[in-house]
Amino acid sequence: MKKSGEIKKMMLILSKATLDNVYACFILANGARMEGIESEIFFTFFGLEAIQKEKLDHLHVATVGNPAMHMPTLLGGLPGMEAVATKMMKSKMEKLDIPPVGEFLEILSASGTKIWACKLAMDMFDLTEKDLIDDLDGVLTVGGFYDRAEGEGTHVIFI
Amino acid sequence: MSEKTYAGVTVNCNDEGYLTDFAQWNKEVGAAIAKEEGIEMTDKHWEVINYLQEQHKNGVPLSIRKVGKSGVVNIKELYKLFPGGPLKKSTKIAGIPKPVSCI
Repeated sequence: MKKSGEIKKMMLILSKATLDNVYACFILANGARMEGIESEIFFTFFGLEAIQKEKLDHLHVATVGNPAMHMPTLLGGLPGMEAVATKMMKSKMEKLDIPPVGEFLEILSASGTKIWACKLAMDMFDLTEKDLIDDLDGVLTVGGFYDRAEGEGTHVIFI
Repeated sequence: MSEKTYAGVTVNCNDEGYLTDFAQWNKEVGAAIAKEEGIEMTDKHWEVINYLQEQHKNGVPLSIRKVGKSGVVNIKELYKLFPGGPLKKSTKIAGIPKPVSCI
């Protein structure tokens, strides 16, 4: 039986490059594909770091300004703190069979998730397509992204 | 819980149409479920189904990543073989429970 209000396409906008945000975005995009729902990700601002060849394998969790870390801000700011927290999170992820960022991007692309870079953010950070992963589907303006979101059953999520 | 008949065999299914007793499964039943899902089975399809059943028998939780690394099929092919939710559809055809994994 067809349900009303069926989700047909998820348009995700990733604007941050902390590991927790990147994984939230990737899991939503991949989960959509697994359910037979189309998905596309628009990487903008700091989110672009997640598709930069040189940077994507060195993303961190934020230990400062993140109350859910249950760590005093001063402590979180100590050198090495972010690295320790990141290492812990990555090992937990691996145990849950969640791939590292680079491999996750390959899985997404193979699964049919479209990967777009924001033109304005690329200009702002002086990036060219050469700096980004080979699986990139292209560079889009906001208008171009909205164009792709057209149609019934599309949802847009900002992360 | 409901009963359904595939290829002349009466099987027990859950609300989503997944077999609840693998002992009731055979290849003809699998092919009939596939047909219902709009999939015409080929040798490659059966290779994936055999792999999934093997993994399930060994109690290994299924994920797209694991199937992609299995050497049986890559992720792109898996999506092509079982369009519209590859693990969901393939496990249904294989007569094993729908995976609970998010990845």
